[in-house]
Amino acid sequence: MIDALNTSLRKLPAWTLYIVAPLPAAFWLWQGATGASGPEPIKALEHSLGEFALQLLIVGLAVTPLRKWTGLNLLKFRRAIGVVSFFYVLLHFLTWLVLDMSLLWGQILGDIVKRPYITIGFIGFTLLIPLAVTSNNASVRKLGARWRKLHKLVYPAVLLGGLHWVWLAKGWQVEPLLYMGAILAILALRVIPKPRKRALAA
Amino acid sequence: MAHRWTNKLTKADVTPEAIWLNRRQIIAGLTAAGMTGALAGRAEAAGDTLEPNSFDDITSYNNYYEFGTGKNDPAANAGALDTSNWSIEIDGMVDRPGTYTLADLTEGLTEEERIYRFRCVEAWSMIVPWNGFELADLLAKAGVQEAARYVAFETVVQPENMPGVRRKVIPFPYVEGLRIDEAMHPLTMMATGIYGKPMPNQNGAPIRLVVPWKYGFKSIKSIVRISLVADEPPTTWNNLNAREYGFYSNVNPQVSHPRWSQATERVIGGGLFAKRQETLMFNGYEEEVAALYDGMDLTKNY
Repeated sequence: MIDALNTSLRKLPAWTLYIVAPLPAAFWLWQGATGASGPEPIKALEHSLGEFALQLLIVGLAVTPLRKWTGLNLLKFRRAIGVVSFFYVLLHFLTWLVLDMSLLWGQILGDIVKRPYITIGFIGFTLLIPLAVTSNNASVRKLGARWRKLHKLVYPAVLLGGLHWVWLAKGWQVEPLLYMGAILAILALRVIPKPRKRALAA
Repeated sequence: MAHRWTNKLTKADVTPEAIWLNRRQIIAGLTAAGMTGALAGRAEAAGDTLEPNSFDDITSYNNYYEFGTGKNDPAANAGALDTSNWSIEIDGMVDRPGTYTLADLTEGLTEEERIYRFRCVEAWSMIVPWNGFELADLLAKAGVQEAARYVAFETVVQPENMPGVRRKVIPFPYVEGLRIDEAMHPLTMMATGIYGKPMPNQNGAPIRLVVPWKYGFKSIKSIVRISLVADEPPTTWNNLNAREYGFYSNVNPQVSHPRWSQATERVIGGGLFAKRQETLMFNGYEEEVAALYDGMDLTKNY
């Protein structure tokens, strides 16, 4: 089954992701403009973009464990997933900056410095910038071993992203906690060594 | 005691229909000429008129955690709220404690429409045309004793009808409270309707508190119990996080909340490109209520 899936995925070029990726954002923007997302379209858009960014980051981080535990090989899509998730984080940030905060710089800077959930969200975003910038073959070649090291920044970034949501919710809400759980689980899977077949047999 | 507060606008401020129609045409012309921006600015400066949000806005964007934490959850789930045979228990320091039906409480009172600003602690706001009664008039039915210094309120708990209660998102019943002078203030009302219609379930049917100069969470919904007490009563959000939610929770753009700067607010219903608006001291009711807090440090008593 996995082999068949891997074979058919091999035929699908990675660039198709870049074609499909903007569609959700366009759909949410259209919903906001037509009133389909309720009386507060800005928050709705901000939330949809942020949640989708987190989902994409989790999917990107699932590539390695999936290969390790199930043999499913999505490695060639991983860069596109990463780049697209960065763009959704960026859109989420810009929605906050322009539509939500109306570019009130004094208040924006105050929020970034003083409000912990905004601070950590912002740090998470900035951690992703160097990763997005170096997501090209030239950078991979140029940085060599340092590239892999640099891209480990995605781990703290996704943790901060998850925490950002848990913290901004009033009280302990279920959804952000589920995401946080998923993030912790997926990071844990990278650390846990895969049990050997022999050990299983015994 | 009704009509102790009225909008400052009088009939004389109402634009005669002919002129109003004419003005619509001018506006239409200006819109075509792309000049609405300048016009909107002038209308805002002119000031006092509060244009209520649509019934749809008011009834589809709510915080009522008993029905879920999402803004649309109350509209989706509150249909299950059972408001039949509603009664309110009034106890504590009153001459006539007991269980009052809604009819008992409102009998002989004058229902008023009050168009108030409504400001949520989450930094969004609406304009709501409430229908209801002054709280002072309702309390008079039970006879408030001299010794009473605070009023405590409690929301109904119907676990079988309230998914948020079953999931225990916060402790229930939801409780709130006011100082007695706040409760007796003419602006403070018990609302039983919006836009002349019976109070929708998601907005706190059948009867709720409205305190327009405080953050929305003080305006407790679906009230089943009112207690007149001597000491400051516990309040739900203050219990959960005292550093963030004070007992007073007066709208105050100068006192920043740990989560939300309270300097500005987003007005609901303005669409995707609506600008933030500056938040007014006491939500625009400074003239009416500032005296209640004379000599108090509002940064400490937030």
